Amino acid sequence: MRKELVLSGYGGQGLLMAGGLLGEAATIYEGVNATNNQTYGVTARGGESRSEVIISDEDINYAEIEHPDVLLAMSQSALNKFGPSIKDNALVIIDTMFVNDVSCVKNSANIYRFPITQIANEQAKKTILANVVALGIISALTGLVSKESLEKVILKRAPAGTEELNLKALNGGYLAAKL
Amino acid sequence: MKSKAGTVRFMQGNEAVAEAAIAAGVKIFAGYPITPASEISEIMSIRLPQEDGIYIQMEDELASMGAIIGASMGGKKSMTATSGPGFSLMQENLGFAAMVEIPCLIVDVMRVGPASGMPTHPSQGDVMQSRWGTHGDHPMVVLSPATVTEAYNLTVEAINISEKLRTPVILLSDAIVGHLKEKIEVPEKVKLINRKMTRQPAEKYLPFATGEDCIPEFAERGQDGYRYHMCSNVHNELGFPNDSGHDAAERMLKRIHRKIEIHQDEITFYNTFDVEDAEILIIAYGCVTRSAKDAVKTLRQEGIKAGLLQLQTIWPFPDKIVRRFTANVKTVVVPEMNLGQLISEVRLNSCAEVVGLNRADGLVISPQAIIDKVKEVK
Repeated sequence: MRKELVLSGYGGQGLLMAGGLLGEAATIYEGVNATNNQTYGVTARGGESRSEVIISDEDINYAEIEHPDVLLAMSQSALNKFGPSIKDNALVIIDTMFVNDVSCVKNSANIYRFPITQIANEQAKKTILANVVALGIISALTGLVSKESLEKVILKRAPAGTEELNLKALNGGYLAAKL
Repeated sequence: MKSKAGTVRFMQGNEAVAEAAIAAGVKIFAGYPITPASEISEIMSIRLPQEDGIYIQMEDELASMGAIIGASMGGKKSMTATSGPGFSLMQENLGFAAMVEIPCLIVDVMRVGPASGMPTHPSQGDVMQSRWGTHGDHPMVVLSPATVTEAYNLTVEAINISEKLRTPVILLSDAIVGHLKEKIEVPEKVKLINRKMTRQPAEKYLPFATGEDCIPEFAERGQDGYRYHMCSNVHNELGFPNDSGHDAAERMLKRIHRKIEIHQDEITFYNTFDVEDAEILIIAYGCVTRSAKDAVKTLRQEGIKAGLLQLQTIWPFPDKIVRRFTANVKTVVVPEMNLGQLISEVRLNSCAEVVGLNRADGLVISPQAIIDKVKEVK
């Protein structure tokens, strides 16, 4: 089993962090192998940003993703860029606050639409936690990493005082996707 | 989570370098942040003060190199980290460190060059610079990791080699290995080598006199009577300039090479995969090794006898190893993320025909590209 996930959007949306948390949850708490690499532009915010996560029960050598199994697109330009290269049966998750046009995705049955950034605002009063909401959605839809493992890694990594808000965001995403 | 070997972590290559350096006893980091090496500075700025060490952000890379040489002369293990543009600025003082035989670690996390190139994209363009970037006939030891675990282990080795052989050592990483996060078992303890200190009384101590190992001994700093002079000119055993002593100059320059040569076997690290009956041998280093491993696996499944020799030590070039593993193969393929650098050394030492596979656009050579090349030359 080897699953390849691309988390993409703008710089500043926390996608690099989200990829790291997902990989850490998989390796440390689920006992499988994972890699996470990151590609970003030369600007800190607003530029294109993508975080790639591979989860596998075998060794992972080449860690670049050409045809993802899961694509999270938090911006229109990210979907336009990565949508055409996804696997035929890939699962696509979009933030409806930023993505309107999904015509580049061949199989529209596999598109899951959530107001990710809005959920972050409602659940945790912080749009910056949209990345954690997205992790909850990925956990619920793919089952690749359990919500419990993500909770553990979030409690370990969240800055002191923000643990509760992070867990609310995670849960908000998880529930939105389970409904 | 603990296992027998150590603590399991999900760690980035750059973080592994920083943690390994601390485990190996580095107490001083002086540097100037640069993508894709900045995380090493960032982590050291937090971690070193916790370990009774000092982090200094310098005004530039020239000064960074000067600071770590000074710190090492003062008796502390020291390091810096940079990428191509900063590495260029370090070359002058790197030659000084080689000349006056100062142990220190320089990490170059390669990105696309020349000049500022593509700051966030990987490359292997500094292979020749790491060997010959500074002028004159100097020796250089360069290690190149392909995984986060190797980044950790080779950082420890690099620091130990620099201490043992009294020479600067370069860890040549790249933006892939530096930024990749993966599973690593961080060892509880690492092997530590500390520089040799003299037992000579002060009046007999000659700072650049050596025995058969060709490695001069340090004296404890601040100890009464021990005189120490560091001169970037060719110098005599006292450390004073010897501009017109041509015999002494040749002796000195040959000795700083000889001390590396006589220890070459113990500083040569490599891995092999499926080489026993290989007809086509891939020789790779750094991040491309990862693609080559996958390529060999697929080629073997298709019945093609491919094997992989991974060079972890790239300088001094592992000539004997390359001769040994190319002796019975038909063709050698050298994939590199540059326009052909280490391949010239492979050609000099290979017993079989050598073919390159090159890419310098900031993207990684894929397993498929290597598979295609092997099938083309088979």
